[in-house]
Amino acid sequence: MNGAADMGGMHGFGSVQIESNEPVFHADWERRIFALNNAVGASGVWTLDAFRQTRESISPPEYLALSYYALWVVSLENLMIEHGLATANEIAVGRSLGPANPVAAKASAAAIAQMIALGTPYDRPPPAPARFKAGDRVRAKNMHPKTHTRLPRYVRGHAGVVIRVDGCHVFPDSNAIGRGDDPHWLYTVRFDGRELWGENSDPTANVSIAAWELYLEPL
Amino acid sequence: MQLRVRALETILTEKGYVDPAALDLLIEMYEKKIGPRNGARVVAKAWLDPQFRQWLFEDAAAAVDSLGYGGNKSEHLIALENTPAVHNLVVCTLCSCYPWSLLGLPPVWYKSAPYRSRAVADPRGVLREFGVELPKNSEIRVWDSTSEIRYLVVPMRPAATDGWSEERLADLVTRESMIGTGLPKQIAEVAR
Repeated sequence: MNGAADMGGMHGFGSVQIESNEPVFHADWERRIFALNNAVGASGVWTLDAFRQTRESISPPEYLALSYYALWVVSLENLMIEHGLATANEIAVGRSLGPANPVAAKASAAAIAQMIALGTPYDRPPPAPARFKAGDRVRAKNMHPKTHTRLPRYVRGHAGVVIRVDGCHVFPDSNAIGRGDDPHWLYTVRFDGRELWGENSDPTANVSIAAWELYLEPL
Repeated sequence: MQLRVRALETILTEKGYVDPAALDLLIEMYEKKIGPRNGARVVAKAWLDPQFRQWLFEDAAAAVDSLGYGGNKSEHLIALENTPAVHNLVVCTLCSCYPWSLLGLPPVWYKSAPYRSRAVADPRGVLREFGVELPKNSEIRVWDSTSEIRYLVVPMRPAATDGWSEERLADLVTRESMIGTGLPKQIAEVAR
């Protein structure tokens, strides 16, 4: 979606603020929301892509006004209501007022330990041969889905080169909206800086993204 | 926010959707155990061991896994080699994707609007704010983390470190040098 999260190329945010000796968390609630989101996420009630879509769906004025972990708080509230884990009333009063929804499976500490150690691979067996190979010239599609996508606005419509084939991966645009893994080929595509930012931009810079096959058309 | 988060935690634990022990484990692991020291050990080993270095650039996930640094948010990993001619810089313009198992959780600046908006359009300007001035002609490769692939920058080994142990070399490898917004410490900086 063309929301506030898709920031590449925007102006006006000022310089990067670097904090020396930065702690991992800046407040106890950051610690708790980090853990809560990861624990519920690991139980599989919703996917990582659905969590991303929920964050991106926060209206641009609100998104830009909230800190990173505050976005997680709003997103968890929204997802809990959407998936029947809590009612808006329960969230308002801060305690459970009814029975648990039986669909949710709890992630145990052992399951979390295993997730941290082994990860959750996103590659899948390919349903078809890859359409592109390294060296192919491609164009990022001019597409504007209203749901989650991982094709940033700043590359849409621009020409680039496939520099590697990265295997077949879960397609976030489908996974975010409950359509399952729907695996598609993934490619690293490099765009010359001037192609993206104009002829007066830095001639020594280029930008690579990972792009699913459905984001690309041959040139 | 403290109250809102407490409300969510109360509901989720009362209804049995989360295991309090799982919450404690997540915080313990990512606040105390998993951090940029993991990535620094990988880089130091790549500086010392040519075979490991080659493996890291061919199959980074397997190479870091062999050291026990694989896992969550580094399942699909690409190691990026800095050379005198090429500098790599990693960003996630859409949010905050970051190789957790190697670098821990990302710093606030990495998730901030100034970095996400400008790293792709003005990498040299961003690097200058980190105190990094690259040679005029060096190529800057920016990597936007738009999939589950994560990136680890392998910076150049500082001069005059011949004969150093892996442990000592790892002390030179900063978090920023593995994202590309910094360079490793020079030996004069650690001698102080």
